[in-house]
Amino acid sequence: MSLLPPTAPPPLISVQNLSLTGHRGRGPETPIVTNVSFNVAEGEMLALIGESGSGKTSIALALTGYARQGCRISGGTLRVAGHDVLHMNARELHAFRGMTIAYIAQNAGAAFNPALPLMEQVIEPALVHHIMPRKEAVEQAIALFELMALPSPHTIGARYPHECSGGQLQRIMAAMALITEPEVVIFDEPTTALDVTTQIEVLEAFRLAMRQCGFTGVYVTHDLAIVAQMADRAVVLKNGTVQEEGSTGQILTAPTQPYTQALVAASEPHTRNHDPAPASAPLLDVRDILVGYGGTTPEGRPVHTILNQVSLPVLAGETMGIIGESGCGKSTLIRAIAGIQPWSAGSMMFEGQPLAADINLRSPQQRQHLQLVAQNADLVLNPAMTVQATLRRVLTFYGEDASDNAIRHILDMVRLPAALASRLPTQLSGGQKQRVNLARALAARPRLVLCDEITAALDTVVAAAILDLMMELKRELSLSWLFVTHDLHALRSVCDHVAVLYAGHCVEFSTITALQTAPHHPYARKLEASVPEMRPDWLDNILRQHGLKQDKSGPAPASGCSYMPRCPVAAATCALTPPPVWQAPSGAFIACHRTAQELS
Amino acid sequence: MMLSRPLHRLLPLRQTPVLLALFWLLLAVTGPLIAPCPPGEVVSSTVFAPISSTHLLGTDYLGRDVLSRLLFGTSSTVLLCAVATVMACSAGTFLGIMAALKQGLTDTLLSRFMDGVISIPSLLSGLVAVATFGSSVPVLVLAMACIYMPGSYRTSRMLALSIVRKDFILSARMRGEKTGYLVLREILPNMTGPVLADVGLRFIYAVRLLSNLSFLGVGLQPPQTDLGSLTRENLLGLVYGAPAVIAPALTIAILTVGLNLALDGKGQRQ
Amino acid sequence: MTARLGEAIALRVGASLVSLVFVVVAVFFITSALPGDVAEALLGQAATPDAIAALRHSLRLDQPVLLRFAGWAGGLLRGDFGTSLVSHQPVLSMVHDRLLHSLLLAGITTLFAVPAALLLGTLSAIFRNTVFDRTISLLTLCVVSVPEFLIATLAVLVFAVELHLLPALASISDIHSIGSFLAAFSMPVATLGCVIVGQMARMTRAVMVNVLSSSWVEMAMLKGVSPAFIILRHVLPNVIAPLFNVIALSLSYLLGGVVIVESVFHYPGIASLMVDSVASRDIPLVQTCAIIFCAAYLLLTTLADIVALCSSQERTRT
Repeated sequence: MSLLPPTAPPPLISVQNLSLTGHRGRGPETPIVTNVSFNVAEGEMLALIGESGSGKTSIALALTGYARQGCRISGGTLRVAGHDVLHMNARELHAFRGMTIAYIAQNAGAAFNPALPLMEQVIEPALVHHIMPRKEAVEQAIALFELMALPSPHTIGARYPHECSGGQLQRIMAAMALITEPEVVIFDEPTTALDVTTQIEVLEAFRLAMRQCGFTGVYVTHDLAIVAQMADRAVVLKNGTVQEEGSTGQILTAPTQPYTQALVAASEPHTRNHDPAPASAPLLDVRDILVGYGGTTPEGRPVHTILNQVSLPVLAGETMGIIGESGCGKSTLIRAIAGIQPWSAGSMMFEGQPLAADINLRSPQQRQHLQLVAQNADLVLNPAMTVQATLRRVLTFYGEDASDNAIRHILDMVRLPAALASRLPTQLSGGQKQRVNLARALAARPRLVLCDEITAALDTVVAAAILDLMMELKRELSLSWLFVTHDLHALRSVCDHVAVLYAGHCVEFSTITALQTAPHHPYARKLEASVPEMRPDWLDNILRQHGLKQDKSGPAPASGCSYMPRCPVAAATCALTPPPVWQAPSGAFIACHRTAQELS
Repeated sequence: MMLSRPLHRLLPLRQTPVLLALFWLLLAVTGPLIAPCPPGEVVSSTVFAPISSTHLLGTDYLGRDVLSRLLFGTSSTVLLCAVATVMACSAGTFLGIMAALKQGLTDTLLSRFMDGVISIPSLLSGLVAVATFGSSVPVLVLAMACIYMPGSYRTSRMLALSIVRKDFILSARMRGEKTGYLVLREILPNMTGPVLADVGLRFIYAVRLLSNLSFLGVGLQPPQTDLGSLTRENLLGLVYGAPAVIAPALTIAILTVGLNLALDGKGQRQ
Repeated sequence: MTARLGEAIALRVGASLVSLVFVVVAVFFITSALPGDVAEALLGQAATPDAIAALRHSLRLDQPVLLRFAGWAGGLLRGDFGTSLVSHQPVLSMVHDRLLHSLLLAGITTLFAVPAALLLGTLSAIFRNTVFDRTISLLTLCVVSVPEFLIATLAVLVFAVELHLLPALASISDIHSIGSFLAAFSMPVATLGCVIVGQMARMTRAVMVNVLSSSWVEMAMLKGVSPAFIILRHVLPNVIAPLFNVIALSLSYLLGGVVIVESVFHYPGIASLMVDSVASRDIPLVQTCAIIFCAAYLLLTTLADIVALCSSQERTRT
C-alpha cells in the first residue's frame, strides 16, 4: 500500500507544486506553503504531520478550494476526485464542498452554530445538496450517531452545541461530514483539544467509521502516535515545505530526514529522571486542602467543591507530578499552593513553617523560595519589558546581584545566549519564551518551582528540550519541582512521585516505579490505557478487545466515589460511601472500594 | 534602565496621528500670532467678499478679515478641546486603572457611577451645563472634561483589566510589588498605544460637541470665536458661496476627519 | 416565556428605573448648583431688590435645596413639571405639541435609516476589504467625525441653495398634500438619516464581521452552503441581539442629531425648544426637556436589552 505500482489507477487527490501566501493586516505577502506536492490513492489515509506554523491546516483547507481571510492560493494544481479545485466557479465549489469533500475541524465547540440545534446542522449538507429528503436525512444522522457510539442517539440531535461535551461534539461533527457519503474526508487535528480519555473514544469512533464508510482521508496532526493509528502514509511538513514523505511505518521507524528524526525522537517515551531524589524530609506538606465556590453549606463546606481534601507531600530535591483531565482541579491546587487561590479548610507547611493561604500574608522568604511558572509564556512575560529588564527586576527585588554578569549567568542556566537579553518577548520563539519564563523563576533562587502545564502549548521537539532542561536544573541546583500536566509521557519521564487527580480527589499517589506495576485505581488505569502508543496496531487491538463502548457519564453521587459513574468495576457501595484509602504492595496509595486483588 | 527599552516604545513620534495632533497644536499656538488683522476689526466695507489678495479668505458678514478670525477660531477650538480632553483622559485613565487593579467594591461603585453619567447624551449634558452655569470658557472646558471622562474611564478600565488578568501582573503581585510600580512599569507601558488612540477619539468628540454648542449659539460667546460660532454667524453667506462660511466648516471637517482617518488607519494595521 | 426570562427582564427594567431616578436627581442638582443666585443671574444687574425677592420666592429659592427637590419631584409624580420662567405657561403644555413633532421626525427617520444602515453594514461586512467596503467605510467615517451641523449645512447648500429642490425651512403647519409633506420633511429627515446611518452602518459592520469570521461560518462554507443561505440561516439568528443593541445605541445618536437638525431647519420640535430654553436660561423647561431626552434614551437601550434577552432565551432552555 505504501508505494503505488506504476499501473495503479490515478490518485484520488493529486496536489502539485501547491503554494499559498498570506499577509498579516496590511503587511507584505509572505509565503505560508511553497511547492508542496503529494498524492493520495483511493481508500487511503494520508497524514499531514507538522508543528504549529508548518502550513498543514492551510493545505487541508486548500483541498476544499478555500483559503482563510488574508490568505491566497498562489500557485500549483489541485485535483480532488476528478475536480480541478482551483478552476471551479462559486457554484461548482458549493456543489463540491460537503458533497465530494468534507471537513472535520479541530475545535468542534466553535465550529457549530450556537443558535441552531445540532440535528439541523448535521443534516444541512444533505439538504443543501438535495441528496435526500429531510426525513431520510434525520434517520441517516441517527444511524451515524449510533455508529459514533453517542449517548441517546435519537434525542441528542435536539440539543444545542453548549449542551454537549467536546468529545461528543467532535463525533457529531464527524457524523455531519459523513452524512453525504463524501469521497474525501479531511480531519484537521480533531482530537487535539480533547482529554486523553476522551480522545481515545473519538479515535475509536473514527476508526470504525473509516472501516464502514470507506472514504479517502487526509488527517492533519502533530501527534505521531495518532499518525501510527490512523494513517497509511504520511507527509512531514516544516515551515510550509515537505520534509519527507513515505509510508507510516517508514516515517515512524526509519525516518531519513533530520527533522523527522528529531520529531520521532521527541515523541518516543523515555526516562529523563536518571538520578531519583534521595528520601528526605518534605519541603512542602499539603494537608486536606478543600477549595470550593458558590457559598457555604450549613455544615461549613463549599456548595461546589473543586478540591476535596487533597493531601500531598513534596520532598526536597524531588519532582512531584500531578496528572488529571481538564477540570480535575490540578491548576486550582497549584494556585492554592502559590497563594492566589483561597482555600476553606486544610493547611500547608513549607520549609517547616505554616504557609498562609493569602500570598500577602506570607513572609518575603516564602515568596522568594516558592516560584510559579505558568503555562502560557506569552502571558507571563511583560510585552513592554526586555528579557534583561524582567530578570533584573526580580534580582533587585530580592536584593540579589543584578549586574549584567548575573543576568548572563541566569540566561546561561536556561541555555539561552546572552545576546537575547536585550530582546522583547515578541522577538522570541515559543521555546525561548518558556526558557525566559523559567529563568524569571530561577532568578529568585527558589527551593520549589511550581510548573503549570509548561509544555502544553509547545511543539513536541521544543517541549522535549524544556523537560531535559528541567532535569538538568534539578541536578545542578537541587531544586524541587511540582509538575502539573495532562501528558502521561512527560510525567513518567521527569517525576519521582505522582498524584492522580480526578474531580478534585487524589485517587492515587505513588512513586514513579509503583506506577509501572499493578494494582491501579480504575481511573489511573483508564488514563494509562488511553495514551496512544506508537505501535500501529494499538488502536485496533483495543477495538478488538472490547469493541466500541458507549462512553459512560452521569452526575457523581452526592456522597460516595466521584468516579463511580464512569467506573467499569463500580459496585453498589461506591454510590453511598466515600472510598477508603489503602496501600498496595507496590507502595502506591489508592482510594477505591475495591481491594488490591480485584484491581490487579 | 529606562533606555534599555527600545526608544520607539517611549516616543511614538513617527506615527501619523501624533504628527497630525502636533501640527494642529502648533497652529493653535502660533495662529493668533501670525494673523494679519485683529479678529474684531472691520477692515472692509464689502461683506462676504470673495477670495482676494488683500483678504486671502475674503471678509465676513460685518466686513472682518476671515483668515484672521479663522486662525483665532481654530486656536480656541483646538486649545479648549485639547485641555478638556487631557483633563478627561488623565482622570479617566487613572480611575480606570485603579478600578481594574482594586476591583471589588471600588470597581463596582465607580463603574455604576460612570455608566450613569455616560447614559446622558453628550450634547444634552452640554446644554444643561450651559443653561446652569452660563457659557464661559472654564464652564465649557470643565463640562467637556466631565462629559468625556467616563468614556475614557471605560476604555482604560477594559484595557487595564485585560492586562491585570495576565500572568506577569500576577507574578509581580506574588513578588510583593507596590501599586505604584504595578501601574507605572507593568500596566501603563502596555496600554499607551490604545490610550493615545482613545485620547484622539475623545478630542474629536470634544471638537464636535464644542462646535455644535457654538453653532447653536450657546457655546463660546462673542467676542470670542471658535469654528462653530464662525460658521453660525456667517451662515447667510451660504447663499453666495462665501469663503467666510465655507472656510470654518471645512477646517472642522479637515480637523476631525483627518484625525479620525489617521487613527482608523493605525487601528487597522494593528 | 419562562420564569427565568421574566425575572431577567424585570431586573433589567428595574436597573433602568434606577438609572432614570439617577438622571432625574442629577438633572435637578446640576441645575440647582448655580453659584450665586439664579434670580439675580436671570434678572441681571439692573433688577430691583424687590423683583429679585419676588422671583426668589416664586422659584422657592428661599427654601433649602432638599425641600425644593422634594417639592419638585412630588410635582413630577403628579405630572406637574412646573411653569416656564419666560412665557409663564405650564411646561407640560409647551412640551406636548413639540414632543409629538419631534417623535414624528424621529419616527420617519428611523423608518428609512435603520434598514439602509443594516443593509450597508451587512454588505460592507460580506465584501470586507474590497473597494466597496473601503468607500463605505471612508464615507461613514467622515459622517461620524464631523459635527452634525456641518451635514445639515451641507444639505442646505446642496439641496436648497444649489439645486433649489427643497425649501431650507420646514414648516409643518401648512401640510396639505403629500408634496408639501415631502418638502417639509425630506431635508430634516435626510440630514438626520445621514448621521444615524453613518453610526449604525459602522457598528453593524463590526457586529457582522465578528460573526462572519467565526469558525462555524467557515464550517458552513465548507459544508457547501451558499453565502445567501449562510447569512439567512446561520448568521441572522446570532446577530439579532447585538444588532438590536446597535440600533438602540444609534438611535440615541438620533437624540443628539435631532437637536441640531431642529435648530438648523427651524423645526418646531422639543429639541429646538430646549436650545431656546438654554439660551434664555429657562430652568424648569431645561429640566423637563433633559428628563424627556434621557428617558427616551433609557427606553431605547432597555428595549434593546430585552430583545437580546429574549433571543438568547431560546437557546438556554434545557
